Amino acid sequence: MTRFIFLTIDGMATGAVYATFALSLVLIWRAARIVNFAQGAISVAAADVAWSVGSRVGGWWLGLLLAPLVGALLGALMQRFTVRRLGPERHLDAIIVAIGVAMVVQAVLGMVFGLQHRPLPAPVSQTVLMVGGVPTLSPYKLLVLGAVALLVLGLALLFSRTAVGLRLRASALAPEVSRLLGVEVERMTTLAWGLATGVAAFAAMLVLPTGPGLHPTAMDGVFITAFTAAVLGGLDSPVGAAVGGFAVGLVLNYVTGYTDEPNLAPVALLGLLLAVLLVRPNGLFAGPTIRRA
Amino acid sequence: MDGTKAQLNPAARGAVAGLVLLAAGVAASYALPDRLFALGQVVAWLIAAAGLTVLIGLSGQLSLGQAGFMATGAYATALTQNALYAAGFTVAPPAGAGGRFAAAAAPTAAGWTLPVALLAGVAAAAAVGALLGLAAVRMRGAYLAGATLVFGLIVTPVTALVDALGGEQGLRVHVPRAPDPVGSAVGEGRFRVWVALVGAALVLAVLTAAVRGRWGRDLRAARDDEAAAALVGIPVARVRLGAFVVSAATAGLGGGLYVYLTGTALPGYFGLTTSLFLLVAVVLGGAGSLVGAVGGTLFVVAVPIVTTEVMSAVDASPGLQARLAGNAPLALLGLCLVLVTLATPGGLPGRLARTTRSGRGRADRGRSGRVGVDRPRSEGRDDRGPGRGGTGARPPIPDVRE
Amino acid sequence: MAALLSVRGVCAGYRGVPVLRDVSFDVAPGSVVAVLGPNGAGKTTLLRTLSGLLPLTAGTVRFDGQDLAAVPVARRVRLGLAHVPEGRGVVEELTVAENLRLGGLWRRDRADVARAIAQVYELFEPLARRRGQPAHQLSGGERQMLALGRALVARPRLLMLDEPSLGLAPKVVAQLMAVLAALRSSTGLAILLVEQNVRSALSIADTAVVMALGEVMAVRPADQVRADDTLRRAWWGSGQA
Repeated sequence: MTRFIFLTIDGMATGAVYATFALSLVLIWRAARIVNFAQGAISVAAADVAWSVGSRVGGWWLGLLLAPLVGALLGALMQRFTVRRLGPERHLDAIIVAIGVAMVVQAVLGMVFGLQHRPLPAPVSQTVLMVGGVPTLSPYKLLVLGAVALLVLGLALLFSRTAVGLRLRASALAPEVSRLLGVEVERMTTLAWGLATGVAAFAAMLVLPTGPGLHPTAMDGVFITAFTAAVLGGLDSPVGAAVGGFAVGLVLNYVTGYTDEPNLAPVALLGLLLAVLLVRPNGLFAGPTIRRA
Repeated sequence: MDGTKAQLNPAARGAVAGLVLLAAGVAASYALPDRLFALGQVVAWLIAAAGLTVLIGLSGQLSLGQAGFMATGAYATALTQNALYAAGFTVAPPAGAGGRFAAAAAPTAAGWTLPVALLAGVAAAAAVGALLGLAAVRMRGAYLAGATLVFGLIVTPVTALVDALGGEQGLRVHVPRAPDPVGSAVGEGRFRVWVALVGAALVLAVLTAAVRGRWGRDLRAARDDEAAAALVGIPVARVRLGAFVVSAATAGLGGGLYVYLTGTALPGYFGLTTSLFLLVAVVLGGAGSLVGAVGGTLFVVAVPIVTTEVMSAVDASPGLQARLAGNAPLALLGLCLVLVTLATPGGLPGRLARTTRSGRGRADRGRSGRVGVDRPRSEGRDDRGPGRGGTGARPPIPDVRE
Repeated sequence: MAALLSVRGVCAGYRGVPVLRDVSFDVAPGSVVAVLGPNGAGKTTLLRTLSGLLPLTAGTVRFDGQDLAAVPVARRVRLGLAHVPEGRGVVEELTVAENLRLGGLWRRDRADVARAIAQVYELFEPLARRRGQPAHQLSGGERQMLALGRALVARPRLLMLDEPSLGLAPKVVAQLMAVLAALRSSTGLAILLVEQNVRSALSIADTAVVMALGEVMAVRPADQVRADDTLRRAWWGSGQA
């Protein structure tokens, strides 16, 4: 029973990271109808750069602030100079271009930093706290939960209260009408990309201290897990993505926790993904998208 | 009706293509005696690339897990081969066997065990392809890409989970050695490349004939406009599944041949990098083009070799050199992928499609373009999920109402 | 008085299929011009060309003397040119208030935007009532009010409307036309009105541009058009059953 509680609580904490990353995928999806297959690579690159600074001055905290900025810049550049040139119809090509970008980014990271895992130390303890004999969360995972909560709150406020948020939503929902109303939709799409990759980089800084560390492929696992989560929740729905993130985090934790076999995680993921897509090829919560003129 | 200037019927075309490949490969095996391993890799990979280019280019289904099917075929071949060997289907080793693939003077598997093992590999890959395909054919664009990506990524974990598969160390496979008169004349390594070439030639011949014929037309029709294709009587789901299974089967053969060439089955041979390199080969050669798949594979295998040579000439510390050389192919190929895709105006499947479709006539386009596809021209968005596999190869339907 | 909108020799089409041929007409400041014609006449295409959604293949469009060729779509509203598209273009997931806000986001003068929104609420009482509701809950007539109000928030000088009466009850259409006429007389707003509903369009128009098959058949004062043979020819004589 204690194992279940522990796995559940821990699963929620990892789920929070997947939810964040899934949210970043949904952001781009809503803005551009594309899944950014380079999201993982860009987030690692941002974390790498941020930690290069942070390891010298400011520590993990500075890294946490810096990574989203670097990630946003990289994402915006990617959108501006590659995806934007494709136009709205070439969905397959956008995936392929993203893969190409991911390859380049990971290769460059390998050249600059090498292929050994470089540990990213957490700012606080990662030892699990015991509450009345029951293992709960480590202080670090508590920090992660708090950070994610703040981020989600910030994003919600951005989108619902600010002029920029309104422009972003309108550009995603009705680009043509938005143009007629004076919204610079191309610029908003680039901004949405930057915002999304910034969020992904934030997630990277949160999750990397819990693993073996920085490596060009360190976020690949998170990417496919978050992708599965987003698909589960329906790529169109931020709330769905968040729910999906927590759900997948829990499922993976139970599977690997009870069988003690970490290799089962990707297999379980595939099973989950196929099961969902077999029944609902467009994701669990995908409703009909409302078209507008 | 095809409009292409075909002087030969599809079957003849296929035969020619296969023979040309065979001849070129044999010539290369003599011209580059030091590069037999790389040549072998090209041959094994181009089989998988051929299937993949049909899947992506002609059927519009983007698969990022081709190496997963190669692994399926490889391990099925390996297990079958080893099982047959253990069952006693062996022959005495050829006298004085030497060359690159020399082994201890133990009995070797009988020659006929190889085709059986390869067939098992193809069958296994096709079966897994059919299973995955049942789900896959209903998926579009990013969903399919993601699902196949995850599929490809389970190879290493599965080999670790199932003891019989040998984990990261892989399996040593008791493949047959070249039969005596031929083997000593030609060399074991070269012989194995030739065997692989025969397989590749067969695949190329069959696929060339198939894509030029009815099957190819059905594939393209289903890719371009599902609703119209269905109305014309094409069983779209079955056609897509067929392409998926064919692509998986070719990958299975490629994987099996890779096991034959190297005598081992390793999960590292069939990882994400392989899937990505195959994708690059397909894109660079033009998705849908079989000839392009051959050329693309040559390029993709050559790049790491060339970069290593170039890097060794550069004056730098060995650590740095290793880092640069190790990652340069990935960077270069990724860059090629981006640039080529950006530079192609009509979109990925469009490059070949446009030339073969021009004969079908504008009238066809006009009619099939209107049917069932209500596309309010005021928004360029596709609301039916992530891109229905279509790219800019389809001209938007002009709504001339107002 | 110089024309506010000057259209000369405009040709446009979709991927090689020509739709508009040599279209020319003017819109004087503060006037109402109705664009009439049967289905397939190119009326919607014309408006899309004027707002920049569709590029010209030939001809010029001048707004207040300025050639619009180099002006991207999102900038045209800043010049004073507003387009309420076919289907109204109400963003359904956003609330009424958000839709209205959207119309004025590009403006610097926040105080005037607030005033304009207040005026829209005064003008269209149902919108005021439903300001916090998502737009997909609105009826057809209310959506038309919203689309119109949203365009007005930008304080345009020329308002282009594509079939505003579509799907609306006759009483609502009459109210709509009354609002448009009132706007014209009180603010000097020029209106370019594409309509299938000939009668209501002519009830407020000064000039009628009659189109058929992508060409302008006639430009006449509105009161003359009825008596004229032009309309009849446009609808029946151009091969349209």
